[in-house]
Amino acid sequence: MTALLEVAHVSKKFGNDTKALSDVNFSVREGEFVSIIGPSGAGKSTLLRCINRMIDASSGEINFDNVNILSLNKRELKKTRTKIGMIFQHYNLVNRLTVIENTLHGRLGFKTTFAGMLGIYTEEEKQQAIKILNVLGLNEQIFKRSDQLSGGQKQRVGIARALIQNPRMLLCDEPIASLDPSSSKVIMDHLKNISVKMGITVLVNLHQVDVALKYSDTIIGINGGQVVYNGSPKNITPDDIHRIYGSEAGKLIFDMGEIHAG
Amino acid sequence: MIWVKSMQADIFKKKKLNTAVFILLVCFVTFIAATITEFSIAKGIASVPKAIQWSFSNFYPTKESLTKLPDILDKMKETLLISIAATTVAALLAMIFAIFGSTATRVNAFFGGICRGIATVFRNIDTAAWAMILLFSFGQSPLTGYFALFFGSFGFLTRAFVETIDEVSSSSVEALKATGASYFTIIFQSVIPSCIPQIISWVLFMVETNIRSATLVGLLAGSGIGFAFDLYYKSLNYHTASLVVIVIVVSILFIELISNYVRRVIL
Ligand SMILES: Nc1ncnc2c1ncn2[C@@H]1O[C@H](COP(=O)(O)OP(=O)(O)O)[C@@H](O)[C@H]1O
Ligand SMILES: [Mg+2]
Repeated sequence: MTALLEVAHVSKKFGNDTKALSDVNFSVREGEFVSIIGPSGAGKSTLLRCINRMIDASSGEINFDNVNILSLNKRELKKTRTKIGMIFQHYNLVNRLTVIENTLHGRLGFKTTFAGMLGIYTEEEKQQAIKILNVLGLNEQIFKRSDQLSGGQKQRVGIARALIQNPRMLLCDEPIASLDPSSSKVIMDHLKNISVKMGITVLVNLHQVDVALKYSDTIIGINGGQVVYNGSPKNITPDDIHRIYGSEAGKLIFDMGEIHAG
Repeated sequence: MIWVKSMQADIFKKKKLNTAVFILLVCFVTFIAATITEFSIAKGIASVPKAIQWSFSNFYPTKESLTKLPDILDKMKETLLISIAATTVAALLAMIFAIFGSTATRVNAFFGGICRGIATVFRNIDTAAWAMILLFSFGQSPLTGYFALFFGSFGFLTRAFVETIDEVSSSSVEALKATGASYFTIIFQSVIPSCIPQIISWVLFMVETNIRSATLVGLLAGSGIGFAFDLYYKSLNYHTASLVVIVIVVSILFIELISNYVRRVIL
């Protein structure tokens, strides 16, 4: 049981005094579904972005698929990024392009600059895009412009764009924070499916504790840039939740009681 | 609690005081300026009827002046083409500077700052000022007009494009970066498709603005429709000069009509 991702002693400072992450350590198995929870400003987004180097960590080591991410040069980094899909709170689609064009953007990392600039895709890639969109229930939307979709549909396009990369791992930064409960459930179910059926490792930042407890194999709790909990959702105690969220967690404890009961 | 309340009261008092001081200052400056320039509001208003009377007796085209119409239209065409050419070429250059200057797409912070700095310098020198500066190098020629419009548009459009890129495409730029796409792939697949309607809209706006200022620049640079007006006006041919004004107004309205149509179609 080898780790796909290993984060060791990672710290990140913004400027001189904002310490977003301090000495973060954890590892993630292949196919594991991991939720990172914590109050806003805890450093969840920063942590996720350090993994694919959208943000450069100040110190520490990150190993992904036996590659030390922090030592990669530009070209190698691009190659590694093709193996990591990313999903965003605000979907980050090109709104004026169609659903299938946005999906195919997931292939751009594999292309030469010339083919990428002109957006030249193979017939195979197009077929794969359609297949993925069908699986995600977007068969009616394939040729619609992305700005005509609902939030839940846009997020599914975001997932399609990540999946067409054939990634080993997905990084999801608050994927359901802008969605209503029923769309949220659809998205979380898809992510769970991706992890279980396709064996893709999924790392999700969440701020809904109940959702995190329900879907995850592992919970990582962060507060003030430090990992304060790392373990199974089954063993989490009200005290742990308190430590993750600080003192305002009174109501959260009540929610958790319900989940453990149900 | 009491402390908060008293602070709130203080803030409101302070704001009211600020407003009063500001109004007083404006009145004072106006008064000083009027005194120094010996501008009397009463005199200014009194001269309006006379000006209107003069306009009605001199400033209208006659049959005779209509014979000059082909000449005038020719000059107008020159001015329109120079404005459009200056704007479009400036837009291309501005796009390059904007891509390197925008936070979302810059190569690094230092180079980005330089690009924006250059654009700021160009933007802060008015088109008319550019015309005067360029008179030294090119003399009175269409080139002076062309470059004056070009430099002014370049500065303005770079600023507008940087804001558009930051606002519209920074999120999808992030997404494409995360897929491992290369720099130019990201520009062509994300920045340009998402910004194109706003960019076209800004270019159209700039063309309109430039056609308006081209008239003034032409006066300085001795070319185009502005120069034609100057010529007729100074030779006391007021009827033809008024025809020039009518042609300018009609052309500007016409261009605005076209650009509004284009905007409706693309947005
Ligand atoms: N680009 C940045 N520059 C400076 N400070 C930042 C930047 N991004 C995040 N931070 C700071 O780092 C801390 C962690 O932020 P973030 O990772 O966004 O938290 P979360 O996603 O958990 O809400 C916050 O204090 C935030 O203000
Ligand atoms: Mg965040």
